[in-house]
Amino acid sequence: MGSKTALYEKHQEMGAKLVDFGGWDMPIHYGSQVDEHHQVRTASGMFDVSHMTVVDVTGTDAKEYLRYLLANDVVKLQEKGKALYSGMLNDNGGVIDDLIVYLMTEPGVSGEWFRIVVNCATREKDLRWMADHTAGFDDVALTEQPDLAMIAIQGPKAIELSKQTVGESRAKLIDQLSVFQGLESEGWFIARTGYTGEDGLEIMLPEDEAAKFWQALSDNGVKPCGLGARDTLRLEAGMNLYGSDMDETISPLAANMGWTIAWEPEDRKFIGREALEAQKASGVTDKLVGLVMESRGVLRAHQKVIVDGVGEGEITSGSFSPTLGFSVAMARVPAATGEQADVEIRGKRVPVRVLRPSFVRNGKKVFD
Amino acid sequence: MSNIPSELKYVASHEWIRVEGDGIVTIGVTDHAQDLLGDVVFVELPEVGAELAGGDEAGVVESVKAASDVYAPLSGEIVAINEELEDSPELVNSDPYGDGWFFKIKLSDTEELNDLLDAEGYTGLCESEA
Repeated sequence: MGSKTALYEKHQEMGAKLVDFGGWDMPIHYGSQVDEHHQVRTASGMFDVSHMTVVDVTGTDAKEYLRYLLANDVVKLQEKGKALYSGMLNDNGGVIDDLIVYLMTEPGVSGEWFRIVVNCATREKDLRWMADHTAGFDDVALTEQPDLAMIAIQGPKAIELSKQTVGESRAKLIDQLSVFQGLESEGWFIARTGYTGEDGLEIMLPEDEAAKFWQALSDNGVKPCGLGARDTLRLEAGMNLYGSDMDETISPLAANMGWTIAWEPEDRKFIGREALEAQKASGVTDKLVGLVMESRGVLRAHQKVIVDGVGEGEITSGSFSPTLGFSVAMARVPAATGEQADVEIRGKRVPVRVLRPSFVRNGKKVFD
Repeated sequence: MSNIPSELKYVASHEWIRVEGDGIVTIGVTDHAQDLLGDVVFVELPEVGAELAGGDEAGVVESVKAASDVYAPLSGEIVAINEELEDSPELVNSDPYGDGWFFKIKLSDTEELNDLLDAEGYTGLCESEA
């Protein structure tokens, strides 16, 4: 048996099919992954994401430390609670993990600190890497928060139904949140972030309050959803999955993460910078693209992508898209790939369209 | 646990067989199989008129999770396919022994029916795989 979140008994009660996920017993679905997917696109669904790792970064050098640790620049966080998506790179420019960092105080104040959320499967290596790189900074403390549960409530009705569930003062705080901002309220951290391409919240709260809140959300009409739907939702939204779409051997430049690299200011030294600059100078050979196949069949990870006259690539994530009714995928292909390719599916070559990896946002198809 | 009707026959590759008389059998996948597959999104079936030997690949079921081959459990000619599955593949999940049937075979050798598992035998097989 794996580790259990504070919501484990709720999952059993609500009929979840539980599977091992990075050492945790997590719900893959509560009956139908496809129904749960539609629920999030059209109304609201909730996910237990308590398995994710939360690390608070404090100390007078916290900001300078993160400016060195991360490829994106936390100096961009100019409002309390604002969030930034970044890669944490190794010296070769490979992606150790992707993460969200929140500024937990007003910017620049004394006592300024940050909260980082990293993936669960990468927890140990991330914590080790982060700890190892505090050397050279006089005052940085890393504090994991394993006693926080995390619930993501996502979908067009997610915010409204969450507000009905959390009580007056927290509802007021939710009203104030801009997109990609999180704030504390009476021991809870409420953020307008997510991994589905819909509006919604991610709420961190003490473990002993999680089951009651989950039940209250359910009573107000928010449907429990498993990690299966979370995966098809994020794929439609064109969001990378660590370990599938990128890893330590892949540059963010070949993983559609170029926008997360803060090149300016030029004198900011961050881990991986030299390697990335060398890659840029010599030319990046691969890119991460979206694939669309409107004929029958399903694109799946590791299928071979053939680009006539150019070369070959591989699907990194693929699935049936419940919103679109056909299959979409992300694939790493040669940089010279144009708008057409073939995918080898069960021994047959099937033509696919190549486009930017973003398929559905806010319930709507986003490509022509 | 999954539903395993006692009046049907089974094979280890998780297809069920209903004997309809006149040497015709109906084939589908079991409740246990659909549960393992998760939501079914496409079903590829053989052509009517195709002659298949027992154990031949007869089609593919694609779920959100994986693609799985479907086998003809018995030898004979495909005399009907469930065209409903083209637009409503979810019938495989919601009604695996009814509206979610796959195809019908006119048997070339009814003796082959003796090699099939009964419900008890199939139950034991599912338990041993769990």
